[in-house]
Amino acid sequence: MKVYSILILNKAGGLIYQNEISSGLNKLSANDYLVLAGTLHGVHAIGSKLSQSISTTNNLKNTEELNSIQNSNILSFGKALNPNNNKSGLQSIETDFFNLYNFQTVSGLKFIIITSPNDNFENFETSNEIFRKLYILYSDYVMKDPFYSLDMPIKSILFDKNVKELFR
Amino acid sequence: MSKKNTGDDIWKNNVEKIVKLFTLTYGSVVSQLCRDFQNNYYEVNQQLDKMGYNIGLRLIEEFLAKTGIKRCQSFKETADIITKLGFKIFLNIQPTIENWSNDGKSCSLIIPEPNPLTEFVELPITSDSKIGKELWYSQILCGVLRGALQMVQLDCDVNFIKDVLRGDDRTEMRLKLNKILKDEVPAGED
Repeated sequence: MKVYSILILNKAGGLIYQNEISSGLNKLSANDYLVLAGTLHGVHAIGSKLSQSISTTNNLKNTEELNSIQNSNILSFGKALNPNNNKSGLQSIETDFFNLYNFQTVSGLKFIIITSPNDNFENFETSNEIFRKLYILYSDYVMKDPFYSLDMPIKSILFDKNVKELFR
Repeated sequence: MSKKNTGDDIWKNNVEKIVKLFTLTYGSVVSQLCRDFQNNYYEVNQQLDKMGYNIGLRLIEEFLAKTGIKRCQSFKETADIITKLGFKIFLNIQPTIENWSNDGKSCSLIIPEPNPLTEFVELPITSDSKIGKELWYSQILCGVLRGALQMVQLDCDVNFIKDVLRGDDRTEMRLKLNKILKDEVPAGED
């Protein structure tokens, strides 16, 4: 799986970071990226409304229980689990030319990656691993930068460098 | 002991040194604030709380990224995770939880001794009696918790009610859940 592009969205769906990791996609204008981010944010939210009524019948209650089982597992075994918290919203878009994966944190941030298409099941796992590493980079190089203000566009060269390193 | 060995000894216990640097840095911040605000300790508490709040807003992301904790079902679960995981990761201490209120919305966290922030600290009570009654030396911790919890949509009040530094028998922090900011919970979780 080749990662073309990364987007990071803040809680409100505003684009705060966009980076081309490898060439292959047409470049959009800065404005189009903003629109893309906003649209994905909206589709995600509306999608979760749709799936909520579907899941009431069988497993809506289970989500909360699953969460607390997972939390107590983390507490008792001291092993980190995947921080993806996107259960009922838009998770992926698959086309003949690219795949798009969407990850959401408990605090409401979204990380989106656009990758080459690939139709085996491993992709979901691979993307989750990429997201976990990206989130850790974000928590280190963006959140710990004392001069970064929350929810604003990320202009950190250090973060750029480490993201590039991650995909090398 | 040869010269080489002396050299080696200096680099031992590096982590311990970083902890000491941290303790000293925090101490100098507090004492500078006391000077800046001419011993108006209420103001100093507030400033520390604000600084902690801003740290908490950011620290929560690292906590979530590195643990993978999901949204908690109850505030009891939250308190458990704060003490067993949050304090453990960032300060390497594990407070105990006591005194749950009947509605399950507030509890006390007992910070074990030695509190890493106050290891070398003694309040100058003899020269300034006010300081022992007004300053909450570790107030920054309250701010951190408040900020971090707010980012996961829990509106809380956090404050100290006892501090060993003031001569109390233990260091006790009160955690109170005001409300869950349901409107701000991001879509797509359940």
